Amino acid sequence: MIPSPFAFYAPARLDEALDLLQQYGDEAKLLAGGHSLLPTMKLRLATPAVLIDLHKIPDLVGITVDERVTIGSMTTWSALEADATLCAAVPVLAATIRLIGDRQVRNRGTLGGALAHADPAADAPALVLVLNGTLTIYGPAGIRTVAAKDFFVDLLTTALAPDEILTAITLDRVGPDEGAAYLKFAHPASRYALVGVAAFLRVEAGQITACRVAVTGAGVRAERLTIVEARLLHQPAQAEVFAAAAQGAADTLEILGDLHASEAYRRAMVEVYTRRALEAAAANLRAS
Amino acid sequence: MTRISLTVNGRPYQGEVEPRTLLVTFLRDHLHLTGTHIGCDTSQCGACVVHLDGISVKACTVLALQADGATVTTIEGLAQDATLHPLQEGFWAEHGLQCGFCTPGMIMSTFDLLQQNPDPSDEEIRHALEGNLCRCTGYENIVRAVRYAAQQMQSNQNA
Repeated sequence: MIPSPFAFYAPARLDEALDLLQQYGDEAKLLAGGHSLLPTMKLRLATPAVLIDLHKIPDLVGITVDERVTIGSMTTWSALEADATLCAAVPVLAATIRLIGDRQVRNRGTLGGALAHADPAADAPALVLVLNGTLTIYGPAGIRTVAAKDFFVDLLTTALAPDEILTAITLDRVGPDEGAAYLKFAHPASRYALVGVAAFLRVEAGQITACRVAVTGAGVRAERLTIVEARLLHQPAQAEVFAAAAQGAADTLEILGDLHASEAYRRAMVEVYTRRALEAAAANLRAS
Repeated sequence: MTRISLTVNGRPYQGEVEPRTLLVTFLRDHLHLTGTHIGCDTSQCGACVVHLDGISVKACTVLALQADGATVTTIEGLAQDATLHPLQEGFWAEHGLQCGFCTPGMIMSTFDLLQQNPDPSDEEIRHALEGNLCRCTGYENIVRAVRYAAQQMQSNQNA
């Protein structure tokens, strides 16, 4: 119930946070919204000696809607949901946020925190994968960027080094002739995704000219379903094509089974949710 | 120990806390404001919902130190003297509780909802209560209680 003791820092500047990270190394954890880390600490599954709270760093909060959209890593789900310009540029973001946690979780939880934590059942990673996300990372060597497809490495493991801080996430807008959707089969109590699938389509003259599909919840990490994507490209955007492309969608994936859903069941649900997410993305196509 | 100062229900408080002190522990054990409840270990039940600078949060998943300098409202801060808040009245009038353990959180969550959406549909009320668990009533009367409060608050405003 009560976390084990730790030292607490709430730096006001990014470089101070980085200094602290370098000083304490593996003993330190960055605190974003805290809605994954603090429960883990309360159960003593994590016992960091130092917490570095990022809430007081104004540079990490903000939303810029331009040719792409850029979101500060400490921007809360509620702030994203409340930004009408952002939601108009990326409607699937608003629809996905409604499915994340609950109102209080969204009031504290942040996009950056969710991505850096990389919970295998989190919703955001799948969405960021299909929106062609670019993650901006600050570290001792300066700023670097990582594509979302290279960011999720393994269970709760990302491309972030221990002394790096995720500062911003840049996503594609959903433009004319494009549509996207995220659907999940939520665990009835926790609302975490037993299986979640995000899909993005561009359809010109009835043909799919670009597509990205990503799954979360089924394995150790969120990942793109590149085989499904390849089957869809240059095909007509039709229900039969979606169903055929989704067949065996999980065949090449490493799928987890647990007491909530067996491996075979999750495999079957990946197929079902891939088909449904593609249908929903096609239904969400924006006018040219 | 670290010194913190914050305003709770309009009154300034100061205290010394260990960094690991949760906001809910500070409210209950340091300030003796025990209306904010602890119902789970996993940030799911919502019995501990309070407002931190006007936004509903689960006080079990915020450190007391993170409320340093902030304004906190708890269930004890809703009634004006002897007059219950319309939400408190609504839970009473519509029998929105049995054991009452979840009620402070239910009220603080829907207080946040009604500030942003004074006339929510049943579906919007249920969506806003996703983070609050009740093990007695089955939610029907809770939704009615919130609707009662919304109507009351709107007619108070129009009066």
